[in-house]
Amino acid sequence: MKYLHLVWAALMRRKARTGFTLVSVLTAFLLFGLLDSVRTAFGDAGSTVSGVNRLLVMSRISMTVSLPQSLLPRIEAVPGVAEVAYGNWFGGIYQDPKNFFPNEAVSENFLDVFDDYEMPTEQREAFRNTRTGAIIGAELAQRFGWKIGDKIPLQATIYPQRDGSNTWTFDLVGIFHARDRKDKNRESIMFFNWKYLDENRPFDRGRIGFYAVKVADVDQADQVAHAIDAISANSDHETKTQSENAFNRAFVSQFADIGLIVGGIMSAVFFTLILLTGNTMAQAVRERIPELAVLKTIGFSNRSVLGLVLAESVLLILLGGLLGIGLAALIVPAMSSEVGGLLPDQVRLGTWSLGLALMVGIGLVVGALPALRGMRLRIVDALAGR
Amino acid sequence: MYKVLVNGVITLALLGAAVVLALLPWSLLLVLAVLFALWSALSHRGRQAWAVTRVGLATLPQRLGSSSVVVIGIAGVVGVLVALLAMGEGFRATLVQTGSDDTVLVMRAGANAELNSVLVRDAVVQIEQTPGILKNAKGEPIASPELVVVASLPRKGSGLDANLQIRGVGPQVRELRPHVHITAGRDFQPGLRELVVGKGAAEQFQGLDLGATITLNNQVWTVVGSFEAGDAFDSEVWADADIVASTYRRGNSVTDVTVRLVNADALDAFKAALAANPQLKVDAETTRSYFSRQSENLTLLIRIVGSVVGAIMAIGAIFGALNTMYAAVATRAREIATLRAIGFRGLPVIVSVMIETMLLALVGGLLGAAIAWLIFDNYSVSTMSQNFSQVVFAFRVSPALALEGLKWALVIGFIGGLFPALRAARLPVTTALREL
Repeated sequence: MKYLHLVWAALMRRKARTGFTLVSVLTAFLLFGLLDSVRTAFGDAGSTVSGVNRLLVMSRISMTVSLPQSLLPRIEAVPGVAEVAYGNWFGGIYQDPKNFFPNEAVSENFLDVFDDYEMPTEQREAFRNTRTGAIIGAELAQRFGWKIGDKIPLQATIYPQRDGSNTWTFDLVGIFHARDRKDKNRESIMFFNWKYLDENRPFDRGRIGFYAVKVADVDQADQVAHAIDAISANSDHETKTQSENAFNRAFVSQFADIGLIVGGIMSAVFFTLILLTGNTMAQAVRERIPELAVLKTIGFSNRSVLGLVLAESVLLILLGGLLGIGLAALIVPAMSSEVGGLLPDQVRLGTWSLGLALMVGIGLVVGALPALRGMRLRIVDALAGR
Repeated sequence: MYKVLVNGVITLALLGAAVVLALLPWSLLLVLAVLFALWSALSHRGRQAWAVTRVGLATLPQRLGSSSVVVIGIAGVVGVLVALLAMGEGFRATLVQTGSDDTVLVMRAGANAELNSVLVRDAVVQIEQTPGILKNAKGEPIASPELVVVASLPRKGSGLDANLQIRGVGPQVRELRPHVHITAGRDFQPGLRELVVGKGAAEQFQGLDLGATITLNNQVWTVVGSFEAGDAFDSEVWADADIVASTYRRGNSVTDVTVRLVNADALDAFKAALAANPQLKVDAETTRSYFSRQSENLTLLIRIVGSVVGAIMAIGAIFGALNTMYAAVATRAREIATLRAIGFRGLPVIVSVMIETMLLALVGGLLGAAIAWLIFDNYSVSTMSQNFSQVVFAFRVSPALALEGLKWALVIGFIGGLFPALRAARLPVTTALREL
């Protein structure tokens, strides 16, 4: 620590060069901060604490195949099941396909099972009592400026109305929030009464897309899942029951191997960065060989010269890197709601610590060769300029 | 004060020039390059510029280490940019070439995607009898009522379940899509639980090898052949529509009907005839427009992500290039000052530094594009389509993308060389000559 001013003086020796290198490092770690946040957003997409004790029951063939309503009492009777809700994917479009948001027809008790959403009691009552009632997340309300009492028309993609019309109109009766701020990206969704859908669709009456089961004891979730699947084994509507988190993980992984893409980009970026700053450090040390020789002459040991040069490169990368991730930490929350779910609400701790480890690692790698050169130089040769 | 102002104006003008350069089409760039070549060959200053450039290039080997920073930095930017754009381009191309202008997809009105659509048998008959459909040798309209469904199967590699698209097809599908050909085994037999598997689907999913069986809804299906289409159909498995309907308990309904028109011009008449039929509530569009529409969102997203990542990396590379070129100018300070002292003007010096940086940038760009091409061309990946199932596509590093990458490289080189070049031209001759 006592040599910090020496290291600093070395960095300030050529301000322009240090500045340019700093910006290069900064951009690399800005990119790292952004991309790693995207990776985490995908990695824990939809996985919440309560997602562990919630099971999703869907058709074994595929999530697009529906199940009979008659399963409901049989699932409710399985020991260890606390509450069962159900729903159908609706896939309605608001005005233009570009306005996409998920919308589902759900049972009345849906928010009792998905208790990581909270909504005032009178709005819950209104949802139960309004046949055409719909509730939306706060994010969605903000996006379209919707208020309670608004009528929301959706164009059906799967289920037209029985009379042949393709437009379903819903009355907005409630706006819910995610209990945990981290789940904010789960607020861009709309739920409406399943009965309204079922009474008015021309086909698939009494068919259910998925059951959501709240288990009484998380430790028994696996047994409950097996017991539920056993109900329909060897029937023509076999089910597959898995935790909500497991389902989301598999679902998200179908979009792309985000980890692979992010990893690929970042290795290209850091490879380039190492060469770039490595060159800068080599230059910096080459210029200062006589100075390093002077340091040794006045009694600095080989090891402290090595340490000085290493400290210089680590400091350079740390400065740029922290600025870069800091900048990412400013950008991510600002963009988070714009890109809906592609970015988390803030740069996570994991990203920071991985970034710090990378900074120190890259700093050491980059400084190693110049530092060894500084350590090995012979005073006589260096002072003579040989 | 005045000097600062002039510097600022010059800088802004040159940066503006860089942006214009980036937006110009290649033909205009070529014209500019030719004009520049003429200038350097014919005018006095131009010949001076070449002389200085030659000296600079001759000393390049001494600065190989630091010059490689420009090359590799830019290669990194161009490599990542081209790879990302190649992913978007591959996805777009796969979907767009799946469609054609003379085949038309008929779905229930408002359905948007095949999976959402339902057509009952009566509607199918009505659609097949609509005028405008090409007839085959037997005089039947070439139309395939299709039932698109999804099966959840474990994927190779991760082992996680992913959605596979099963397309139940009608008897005339071979006449409708003659480009789809069986590459191994045989075609499925109508009336049996047999599947033929697309090339991409077989690559992505476990247990779809020839002779393997899969169980859907307690019914055993046998894989009897594999096919290749060269487009999005490669991600599907095909079977007899009627048998798929019985497994999925769809009665006698299908999801959509694809027909071949007499020619592409018959589309409007065909659509009008469908709309005039009071018993039908359907949307019809050419398969080309349908599949292009499916690719729009993701292609746009990839382009935006690619450009943002590329732009951030480019900023880093510009500063790397600045570093290198300032150092290069500093090591050549005495030589440049000497040239200035014996009468060379500022412009040739600027031009020579710029040419050197642009050449390094060009090499970097070529290297980056080549690496992207070597690693990623034809690299095959898959993503979720609007039908909730996997669509397999390959990265496509096209010449157009490589050229786009080169353009980025030149812009980075231009900006990265500009300021060092200005510094070189303004070096006070006397101080520079005295420097070590």
